[in-house]
Order: sequence, then structure tokens, then C-alpha cells
Amino acid sequence: MPNTLKGRDIISIAELSKPEILLVLKNAQELKKHPRPKLLEGLVMGSCFFEPSTRTRLSFETAMQKLGGRVIGFADPGVTSAKKGESLYDAIKIIGQYVDVIAMRHPLEGAARRAAEATDKPIINGGDGANQHPTQTLLDLFTIQECQKKLSNLHIAMVGDLKYGRTVHSLAQALTHFGARLYFVAPDSLQMPAYICDELKTKGVKFSMHKKMEEVIGKVDIFYMTRIQGERFADPMEYEKVKNSFVLKADMLKNAKPNLKILHPLPRVNEIETAIDKTKFAYYFQQAENGLYARQALLAMVLGKI
Amino acid sequence: MKEKKLLVNAIKNGTVIDHITAGSALKIIRILNLASHEKVVTVGLNLPSKSMGRKDLIKVAERELSPDEVSSVAILAPQASINIVKNYEIVKKFKIKLPEKIESVVVCPNPKCITNHEPMASVFFILPNGKHIKLRCKYCEKVFGHDDIREYRV
Ligand SMILES: Nc1ncnc2c1ncn2[C@@H]1O[C@H](COP(=O)(O)OP(=O)(O)OP(=O)(O)O)[C@@H](O)[C@H]1O
Ligand SMILES: [Mg+2]
Ligand SMILES: [Zn+2]
Repeated sequence: MPNTLKGRDIISIAELSKPEILLVLKNAQELKKHPRPKLLEGLVMGSCFFEPSTRTRLSFETAMQKLGGRVIGFADPGVTSAKKGESLYDAIKIIGQYVDVIAMRHPLEGAARRAAEATDKPIINGGDGANQHPTQTLLDLFTIQECQKKLSNLHIAMVGDLKYGRTVHSLAQALTHFGARLYFVAPDSLQMPAYICDELKTKGVKFSMHKKMEEVIGKVDIFYMTRIQGERFADPMEYEKVKNSFVLKADMLKNAKPNLKILHPLPRVNEIETAIDKTKFAYYFQQAENGLYARQALLAMVLGKI
Repeated sequence: MKEKKLLVNAIKNGTVIDHITAGSALKIIRILNLASHEKVVTVGLNLPSKSMGRKDLIKVAERELSPDEVSSVAILAPQASINIVKNYEIVKKFKIKLPEKIESVVVCPNPKCITNHEPMASVFFILPNGKHIKLRCKYCEKVFGHDDIREYRV
């Protein structure tokens, strides 16, 4: 299949077709096995982080450098002229004249789409507020495929803050291509939003809602944990109750399938007991590493080099 | 027009927006900024209608709506009809066609949407949804019902 991502912006996972997603994963796997330290030689990535982020930014920058490209940019909007009232449009138009590709994060929703209008250079969205974060979804899919040796017909639990968590929204949407059976485990007030559930129904995806992790742990191949944040709760007592019932402990994994893998977009606070880290079920650190290969694949593809 | 009794005043020249979903006329007046139109504007609310039960109706003297204005009306009253009146007679009559997208008119209700922070036009894709419509913001990608829309820029 030809690389149809050349010159394209990667703003939202929904804009990638199934063959395109599979090609990104294939290229990520190739690059993980066979590093290509000269592939993007002579090319420059603009790393434009209008909002602080450590992992996503470092992963983009390392991805570019490991392929032989260079990086310019900023990690703190305080250093840019955005502070002086310059529009995002103008800022990106100018940066686009210096670089070959832009990776960006911005606190406002739709910022990446707006940025894409300002320049012909490809924009890769590294998160726009609560809206989209497509590279996270691609690295999640890559990791699932890697640890399960397949991507189709898996049983996948999503756990924690399913209402506000954009990673789980995008992942659930992307999994509609792959015949997954989904289990949503969350307190009632943080369950998967209706618009996502409607979309899943329309696409024939089977899913069920659960209140306790124990109900699904023995059934699934992937257990995708997310963090429940205190600020989502109006009532602090409610949060205390919920917080403690959504901590994954090693002894809860007794009935797990042997191939079960636990994922987490990180940072983790206390929702996965550290004792789990050394079990064969823990896969979240490999997942974080895979961000590097997924982003390498995307950079090389939008730049038309693979 | 001579022998027909009109529930709302006749106009010599202008536009009649008919078959407006009952309850939407005042919003349309706001969207089109008709309050500051210097000629006569007459409004009928909750008029009896054979096809709709109740409907609203707006008559604007001495003005033809531009295509952009017609699309703004479509957001609030997708089944409205537009009648152009010349010398007391209807010379043109058409049903509103829902545009695929609408630019600039609607303010995105999402306060964290980039369109509310940059000097730029909003863009919404129009999704049919029964008697009303839904709007999807091109930028923040959120979907809104017509009731969520609180502000317009015309
Ligand atoms: N000269 C006029 N001044 C003001 N309003 C008018 C004038 N002529 C017609 N109208 C109004 O314009 C609308 C359409 O007029 P028309 O005579 O075509 O009625 P209709 O047969 O009910 O049409 P429709 O099938 O669209 O309901 C009606 O609401 C009517 O009251
Ligand atoms: Mg009539
Ligand atoms: Zn918006």
C-alpha cells in the first residue's frame, strides 16, 4: 500500500483509514527492529509546545533525532510571542517557513486544525486541550498489537476516568476497525460518554459497562488503566471512595488470563500498585517506549521518506 | 393579494420568512439583526398552520435576504420558506436549503475552542437531525444542538 500520509496533517485519529493505521504500525515495528539513523537527515522538526508536557515532547524530539533530523522549538509558551498577543496563525506561519514538519501541543481545542491552515508543512497534533491526541492512540494500538501478536478480536477493558479521558475516547473509536469487545469500568459519574457509545453501537462494536475491576479482570486480554482526577468530583468524599476502589493490586490478578497485559498512558500516581511492575502483566513502560517508534513512523511518513 | 386576509400586515416589497418552527422567530430576528433594520418588520408568533400546527412568520419590508443570511436562518428553522414580495405579489418562493457548512455566523459554545481565542471565523458542519439540526465545530470537533447556540456574529 502506498504511503498516503505524505504531506498530510495528523490532527485526529478519525481521519486515518484502517489501512493507513496499519501502515503506521508496520513502519513503527520496522523502525523499532531496524533503526534508521540517517532517514531524516537534513530535515528539521519544529517542536511547538504551547503547554508543558514532558513525555510527549521528549518522545517527539527524540524520535526526530534518532532518525537523523534536527529539532528547534520551545517547551513553554512564556518564551514565545504568544505572550505578546501574537495569534497562533501568525506564529505557525512563520515557524512553518523554518522547518519541514511541526509537532505541537496547545491547551485550546482545535488549535492543531487552526495551525494546519497557517502552513503547508505537515502538523502533527500532540494534544489540543481535551480534544485529540492521535499519536497516543497510534502508540496504544502498536503496543496492543505487539504484546498480543494481533489487533483483531481482542477483549479490552478501559478503566478509570472514561468520561473526560481523551485517550480512551480515541482508542475506543480506533478499535471500531478491529472487532474488539470492550468493557468500560468506571464509577457511574465517569462512564463513557453517550456520543462515543452511540458511535460504537452504529459500528456494531460490542461493549458493556461495569462498576468494579474484579468483574472483568479474568475476561480480558488488555486492561487499559487511566487515572481518576480529584478535580472531577464536586464532592471530595465521593472522590475518596472512588479513588480507593480504582486501585489495581497484584492480588487482583490471580484469575487473569496468561496473556493479559496492563497498559496506562502514564503518568501513574497510585492507581497501579508498584508491586505489579515486575509481574508479566505490566506493559506500561514498554508502551511509553513505543511512543518513540510510533512517532518516528509518523514523522517519516508525513515527510514522505518511507 | 387583494381579497386574501393576511394575519399579519401586507408589505409592498420585501421578504416573508414563512414556516418558521414556532419559537424561533425572535432568535432569527437577532441573528439577522432585524431590530436595527430601518424599515418595517412584522412578526407573527404561534400562527396556526395546516402543515406545522403552529408556526412563526417574519415579514421584512424593503429587503431581500442574502444567501448567507438565508443559511443563518437555516440553523434555527431548517424547514422555513422564503417568499420574495414585489408590488404586493409573491414573485419568488423557495424552501431553505441546508448548507453543508456555515461560516462566521455561529459562536462556538465551547469556551476552550480556539475560535474563541483567535481572530478567525468559526466553521460548523451541519448535520441534519429531524426538525432541528446539529452543528459540528470544524475546530474543537464538538457537536451542538441548536439550543446550545447562544451567540451569533453577523
Ligand atoms: N404582500 C404580502 N405582504 C406580506 N405578506 C404576504 C404578502 N403576500 C403573501 N404574504 C405571506 O407570504 C406567505 C406565503 O404566501 P402564499 O400566498 O404563497 O401562501 P401559501 O399558499 O400559504 O403558501 P405556502 O404554500 O408557502 O404556505 C403567507 O404567509 C402570506 O401571508
Ligand atoms: Mg401557507
Ligand atoms: Zn469549537
